[in-house]
Amino acid sequence: MSADPALLDASSTAAAVRGGRLDRGEVFEFWRERAASDDLGSYLWVADGPDGAAGDGPLGGVPVAVKDLFCVEGVPSTSASRILDGYRPPYTSTAVSRLRSAGAPVLGKTNQDEFAMGSSTENSGYGPVRNPWDTERVPGGSSGGSAAAVAAGTAPWAIGTDTGGSIRQPASLCGIVGMKPTYGAVSRHGMIAFASSLDQCGPLTRTVTDAALLMSALVGHDPLDSTSLEHPEGIRLPTAERLDGLRVGVWGLEEEGLAPGVADLVRQAIGSIESLGGAVSEVDLPHASHGISAYYVIAPAEASANLARYDGVRYGLRSEQSDLLSMYEQTRHDGFGEEVRRRIMIGTYALSSGYYEAYYGTAQKVRTRIVEDFRTAFADVDLVVTPVSPTVAFRLGERTADPLSMYLSDYYTVPFSLAGLPAISIPCGLSEGLPVGLQLAGPPFSESRILDAAHALEAELGFEGLPRS
Amino acid sequence: MIDREQVLHVARLARLRLTDAEVDEMVDELPRIISHIERMEALDLDGVEPTSHVVQVENVLREDVPRPSLGADRALEQAPAPAAGGFGVPSPGQS
Repeated sequence: MSADPALLDASSTAAAVRGGRLDRGEVFEFWRERAASDDLGSYLWVADGPDGAAGDGPLGGVPVAVKDLFCVEGVPSTSASRILDGYRPPYTSTAVSRLRSAGAPVLGKTNQDEFAMGSSTENSGYGPVRNPWDTERVPGGSSGGSAAAVAAGTAPWAIGTDTGGSIRQPASLCGIVGMKPTYGAVSRHGMIAFASSLDQCGPLTRTVTDAALLMSALVGHDPLDSTSLEHPEGIRLPTAERLDGLRVGVWGLEEEGLAPGVADLVRQAIGSIESLGGAVSEVDLPHASHGISAYYVIAPAEASANLARYDGVRYGLRSEQSDLLSMYEQTRHDGFGEEVRRRIMIGTYALSSGYYEAYYGTAQKVRTRIVEDFRTAFADVDLVVTPVSPTVAFRLGERTADPLSMYLSDYYTVPFSLAGLPAISIPCGLSEGLPVGLQLAGPPFSESRILDAAHALEAELGFEGLPRS
Repeated sequence: MIDREQVLHVARLARLRLTDAEVDEMVDELPRIISHIERMEALDLDGVEPTSHVVQVENVLREDVPRPSLGADRALEQAPAPAAGGFGVPSPGQS
């Protein structure tokens, strides 16, 4: 081969394959060997060989690591839950089908928090994932396996899902790029559901251009997901080098709980936005601080309904009992992990008779207020910039005993999820030797504008990821 | 707030068996999470419409045309106890 895939970003590898400078089969084998050598717990399954991905698509045969909750026909797909141990779906998710059609075979299935419920990937039914920057620390979650694999160089790129921050927060903690699209931009068909009004599929990559290339393959209406839409603007590959005329609103730098080292790096990145020609001001999002409260009603409520299907009847685990009700109850006890049980309890409580209006009804109204806050903000600015995670990667075990402290990891990401807005995390530096992410978000369907701004800023910031050759 | 009896009631609604120790943990943890959630009550939300779907979509109609689906054999492949062309379950019993 005339180029080393370890030294190229995924889109450059794709271009080299398409230009005949790299061999597609050798590229797959290169990444398969790296994936098989993973020692961080990133993978739950690695492919033996390339599947039937299209030969000439724009993704150039560069294999993609896929979060376990994406159904792939015949391939173990468990959402990292013991209740789906051994489950091999009879059909393939639209996201994976679209990537294959665009030329990317599946490299492997990545570890995650069980049913995507968590911010550290410690809730996996198959063991935790470790952060490649410091293996005593978490990679974030719930798409922690995808983030760790890309950061450590055991995958060229990956997809994950984001319900309240599950792409952006692990991308931030692992020093890579992660994007949550506008709700509806990518089909949810074949994604094992967590919270249906929030779940979105998106890329985790080394570079902004890689993220844009995967996004361009993923978006589009799907008759099998009635909430999916044709993206009105499509995804353009980013070219911007300057931010002249871009109005950027800053939110959340004065919040209690934001680590000073994180705040410093975010302020420096905002300085870079200004030096590239952007006009920076502060924006007020008066209800965003209530995002976590609303989210921890809405997401568990939807989860409690979505997870009702795991009952030991049609697929997955069954704990044998002599009567039907005991079989249901024992199967769900044995199959679900602690955090999943906790969320089912919160959600069932919030939806139960006499509490529905006080919790779910109120949370939906707070959601309206947050949507309105953003609408007001985007009358004055083009993009909003915030931290992604209030802290750098924390130690394994540090927050497992206190669920609320874990939930607050998503303080900065959840408001954008509740409003269905597109948002990206890009690395903006190291604090205590650990990566810090910057969040850039915009109005619905502004993905290309976000990617352009992130592209210009990425070059200016010059963040160096972990070496992988 | 949420007490032991309520935890057991909600667990029954959710078809979830909990051990005594797990019930104790829920009694300890859920009130702390729920009191954080209840901070929303400080907001003035009179007259605010609830949001259940954030992106504007319109209903689209299509012809109701039958088309092939998974098929019974495929659907039963992953069942823990397929029986007589369906999903086998234990007796509903007395409850």
